Formats: sequence, C-alpha cells, structure tokens
Amino acid sequence: MSNANSPATDVAPGLMAKALREGLFAGVLAFGMFLLYVGVETYQNIDNALVWRMRWGLLAVFVAIAAVGRFLVVAFLRPSLDRRKLNKAKAGLLDVSEDKGFFHKHFLKIAMIVLVLYPPVIVSLYGVQGSLKFVDNFGIQILIYVMLAWGLNVVVGLAGLLDLGYVAFYAVGAYSYALLSDHFGLSFWVLLPMAGILAAFWGIILGFPVLRLRGDYLAIVTLAFGEIIRLVLMNWAEVTGGTAGISGVAKASIFGIWSFDVGASNNFAKAFALPMSSAYYKIFLFYVILALCLITAYVTIRLRRMPIGRAWEALREDEIACRSLGINTVTTKLTAFAIGAMFGGFAGSFFAARQGFVSPESFVFLESAVILAIVVLGGMGSLTGIAVAAVVMIGGTELLREMEFLKHVFGPDFTPELYRMLLFGLAMVVVMLFKPRGFVGSREPTAFLKERKSVSGSFTKEGHG
Amino acid sequence: MTSAIETMTPDTILKVEHLSMRFGGLMAINDLSLEVRRGEITALIGPNGAGKTTVFNCITGFYKPTMGMITMRQKGGKEFLLERLSDFEITKHAKVARTFQNIRLFSGLTVLENLLVAQHNKLMKASGYTVMGLIGLGSYKREAAAAIELARHWLEKADLIDRADDPAGDLPYGAQRRLEIARAMCTGPELLCLDEPAAGLNPRESLALNTLLNSIRDETGTSILLIEHDMSVVMEISDHVVVLEYGQKISDGTPDHVKNDPKVIAAYLGVEDDEVEEVIAEELDGGTP
Repeated sequence: MSNANSPATDVAPGLMAKALREGLFAGVLAFGMFLLYVGVETYQNIDNALVWRMRWGLLAVFVAIAAVGRFLVVAFLRPSLDRRKLNKAKAGLLDVSEDKGFFHKHFLKIAMIVLVLYPPVIVSLYGVQGSLKFVDNFGIQILIYVMLAWGLNVVVGLAGLLDLGYVAFYAVGAYSYALLSDHFGLSFWVLLPMAGILAAFWGIILGFPVLRLRGDYLAIVTLAFGEIIRLVLMNWAEVTGGTAGISGVAKASIFGIWSFDVGASNNFAKAFALPMSSAYYKIFLFYVILALCLITAYVTIRLRRMPIGRAWEALREDEIACRSLGINTVTTKLTAFAIGAMFGGFAGSFFAARQGFVSPESFVFLESAVILAIVVLGGMGSLTGIAVAAVVMIGGTELLREMEFLKHVFGPDFTPELYRMLLFGLAMVVVMLFKPRGFVGSREPTAFLKERKSVSGSFTKEGHG
Repeated sequence: MTSAIETMTPDTILKVEHLSMRFGGLMAINDLSLEVRRGEITALIGPNGAGKTTVFNCITGFYKPTMGMITMRQKGGKEFLLERLSDFEITKHAKVARTFQNIRLFSGLTVLENLLVAQHNKLMKASGYTVMGLIGLGSYKREAAAAIELARHWLEKADLIDRADDPAGDLPYGAQRRLEIARAMCTGPELLCLDEPAAGLNPRESLALNTLLNSIRDETGTSILLIEHDMSVVMEISDHVVVLEYGQKISDGTPDHVKNDPKVIAAYLGVEDDEVEEVIAEELDGGTP
C-alpha cells in the first residue's frame, strides 16, 4: 500500500490533474479557515497595549499540510486502497473474516498483564521519583476516565438515556469523601462505598423528575442538574468552602495497616525503609483505581446478563414495546441512573483521595462532555471500545504536553498544550467519519442458542431518552 | 366447529362496557360494548379509521378511556379493571399481551434476547431483583435456563429457530411479525391482542400465521383478540367477529353472520344511506316467511 509500490503507469493522467486541483482547493480552504485563528497573533507591547502581528510562516505550514495531504490522499492513498479492496474481492476474501490475529483474540489478557505490570516496569525504567509522572498523569488519570465512562455507559450506552450532567455524581462522590473524612475522620475504605451510595441516591433524585422526558429534553435537564450541583458547591461556602474548595483531604491508606501521611508512624516508606517519595502513594492508587475499574467492568458485564440489563437495552431499543411486555420502565430507568451514578461516586471519592483537594473547578460541564465523548467514541455499550477511547482521548491530550518536537515543526513559540482541545476535536471528527458507531460498533448478545454472533451496529439504536 | 363452541358456552374473558374515547372534538369510540370469550379467536374489523386500534390501545392501557369499563377475568376468577391499570401492569398482572400494527421489535437485540426480555418479570423475581443473581445465589440460573427453553419452544412454533442468534432487525418482514407474536406469548398471557398480524404478509405467510394462531388457541388455551383487514384470515380462523364503524359497533356474531349482514356490506362497500335502508327493508321482507 506504500506509495512507492504503485507504478506510475497505473495513475491515470486525469487523476493527477484532479489531485492537483483538489489539493489546491484544500489549500485555499485551509488558508481561509486558519487565516484568523492561526495567522494572526495578539500580544501586548511595551505600552501594555494589545497589538497584533501576522504569523505567515505558521500559517504556511498549516496550509501546506492541508494541500499536500489532500493531494497525496487523492493521488495515491485512495487509488491504492481501492486497488487493495478490488484485489481482495477478486481473491474472494470478505472484510469480515472470522479468524482474527493473536493480538485481537487475546486483547483482554494482554491488556490486563500490561496494566498490572505497568508501575513496576515504569519504576525500573525511570526510577521511583521519575515514575511519578507516568503513573499519575497517564495511568491514574486515564483509569479514572475509564471508570467514569464505564459508569456513564450504563446510562447512555445501555439504557439509551442521554445524560449531560454526569459530572454531578462525580462531584457528589468527591465532596462526600472530602466532607465526611474531614468532619468525622472516617477512612477511605469506609467512605468509598458510602460515596457510591450517596451518588446513587442523587441519581435517583435526578431520575424521578426527568423520567417523563425523552431525548433532547432529558439532555437539557441533566445538563442543568450538573450545573446546579456545581453552583451549590460553589455558593454554599460554609459547608463546601466555596470556590476555594476543601484542601488537605485525607489520603487513602493500605487498609489502615500502612499510611501515606508523612508524619505517621506507620508510614509506608518508613516501614519498608525506603527513601521518602510520593510515588509509592501514586502506585498504590494506581492499583486501587485498577481494582475499581475491574469491579465496574465485572458488575456491568454481569448486569447485562441479568434481566435488568436486558431491560435497559430493550429500553434503548423501544420503550413502548418494553411497556407492552410488562416491564416497569420507571424503575428500570431509575436503576440505570442509580447504578451509573454509583460508579461516578466511587470515581469521585477516589479522585478526592488522589488530589487531596476538591473544588467546583474540577466538575465543570466540559468534564461531562469529555466523558460522554469517550463513551460515544468508544462505541456505546462496548467496554473494550470505551477503554480504548479513554486511552486515546485522555492519554492523547496528556501526551500533547510532552510533544516538544512539535516546536521544531511549527516554530519555537508553538505551545502544543494550547492546541490540545483543537486536536481533541479533530480526532473526534476523524473517528466519527471513519467509524460512525465508535471504535467498537457491534454489540455482543447476552444469550445464545447455537453460536454467539455479534450484532452489527446498524441494527442497534441509540435510544431516545 | 362453530356449533361445538356454541354448545360449550364459554365464559367471558374480557368485557368492554360503554367504552368512549374522545380526542379533543373527535369521538374515536362512542359507547362501545363487546365481549371476548375465553378460548376463542375474536376478530375486530371495520373500515380504516373505525377506531379499532384505539380500542386496542384502551384495552392495553396505552390510552386512558374517556368513559367506560373494561373488565378482564382470569382463569382463576380474578378480575381486573383494565382502565385503572397502567400499560405495563396490564401485561404484568392482568396477563394481556399485545403486538403492534407497525412492528415494534428490539431490533438491536437477537431474536432469542427479544424473547428473554419478554420474560423480564419472572426472571426479575428469580434473580431476587438482581441482587441475588448478581452474587450468584438463588434460583436465577435454573430460571434463566427455563426461560431459554420457553423461548426455544416459541421459536420452534414460530419457525424461527434457525434465526435465533441473529439480530431481530435482520429478519424479513413476515418473520418479524411472527417473532412479535412469539414475544408476546413469552409473557404468558391469557388474552393476546394482535394488531393487524397479517398486514404485509404474502398468501403463504398468512397461511402459516393462521396455523400459528390456531395452535396458540388450541394448545395454550390463550384467547385471541385481533384486528385484521385480510378477510381470508378473519373468516378462516375467527370464532367471533365484531365490526366497528365510526367508533360504534355495527355488527357482532359468527363470521357467516357478519359476512351477510347488510350493514357490514354497506360499511365496506360504501352504499348510500337510503340504499342501506332499502337493503335492510328487502332483507326483512325476504327474511320473514
């Protein structure tokens, strides 16, 4: 499929002209689009006045990428893909072949082994202190989002109820842990289930009034609910500390045996005569969130095979048919909200224990949107797809902080972090173009008579609230 | 066959009394009374817009009737006033199942899963409302296997056993109709309400449908109430026919009786009002010896 392999004789003369034309057009289009966004830079001059200057070089790079990229796609990539498809069709091979590669077949096992070995490998590569960034920023951060997205998946992916305020339950979990540990000195392991239960309780409270709503209306009300929770946290300053939040939230301990507080006599590092470092706590937290994720996945998989899980999926497919079969859609929706919220609450209390600090800043609408984007991008209902999407989305954006080499491409004053959201959006558009049903669009049936055939995404519905 | 049923004098399973349904200024059903007898196939026919589906929606709780009483009497003698129950309770407690005119399957679930969803309430109880099932206690495993067996039974009946693991949305139209009936039967109903089960079927498929409906009635004792336009189905399988026009009952009786009722002929063929009177007068003249 490489360009070198395609002989020049194969390329029709008309194709080259067409590719040139399309490349030029893409260049013009890119020029128009990026002229103001990228081409113009504003800065403050010595008199503190805001002035602007043109960045022609950077603009030229953007335009060139668009033009050359389009030219290459039209002239080489597309014909070679077509040829490959044609050859495959001639050879009688179907796209949906039954035998998958080794990696594909054992994907889950490989992923588990990689996850369990991740911290020790990183520590051995970068040292204890050096592992901090990789374990915390990449490992824990991604796994928190995996867990949140799996929780939201119950509501959106299985039950088909569009929830735009999911971050509210995350906030409930985080503040439950922060406040209860602050006031009553309860430990993480007591408060973790309690935060989940409280979040589930709030899920039901949200569920009740919105049960009659469907589709867009449901989305708007859940969005409002998310904002209400955040505004309450912000303004009820006597309890929540307002915008300043709550700091000094107690750390989790290893079941009360070893602590990670620096001053404590049973400090983990002291107990094992290791050099003091916060990396141990992060490695411990990595395994905690990994275990929480596994519990979430296990419960979700089990629930799908229970009548309630089937009822959720049936609800997504057709609510009226559900009622005609004697299914109480009210309790079915409420359980979906409650279970989804519970996982959000678990993740929230974990988040508070990890940060040691909670404030309303962490629970803005953008978080809900990112979690929802992960669910949609991964393929609604598919745990594997969602996990992959979380790695791509969260890991990808974290990775952009590390992309120093991009400075050599776009010039020294290029800061990749600032383009994170732009690339995030671009990635979403690209994925949705090629995989409109997400990474894993098909669904696995929960029961079968003869053989388990996955159901193509074109049959499943997204749900209408 | 008709005479046999008359001598059996079967009791009533569903009694609709003075049912009225008003949508704004439109009187969709006007003071309708009818009876469905146990163990029979009752057909509800009438021209388009006569209010047949509205009657169905009232019986199955999707509409709340403006007036009237709908009584369902189960085998054990337990009675339910359907107009007071919500739609899902009618299926769950009163044991009335229904299908839809525009097929409503769970198209993204497999055929088997569709039939398992229909056994939700039974399985829910067996799994201790999910809690026991989740930790692997209780009778859920056994009940789940039994549910699959029941599904297999109905799949064989509906001739869908070969497609059991395919998505329901992938089935051809006729098979989807049969699946919807099988799904309704999996709820274990005493009264099965079918909204135009033969619509869009070819002659061979509607013959198979007749066999299926007859076997449902004969083997499970389920009473069937159906709306149908296809007269070959109606006349062939129903024991009792009720004819509606403009939300009112114009005829009620055996298929033969209804077929020859001048009012029914007039309603279907659109005879002028005075002509109807003429026809009735002639009939009366000819009828009296």
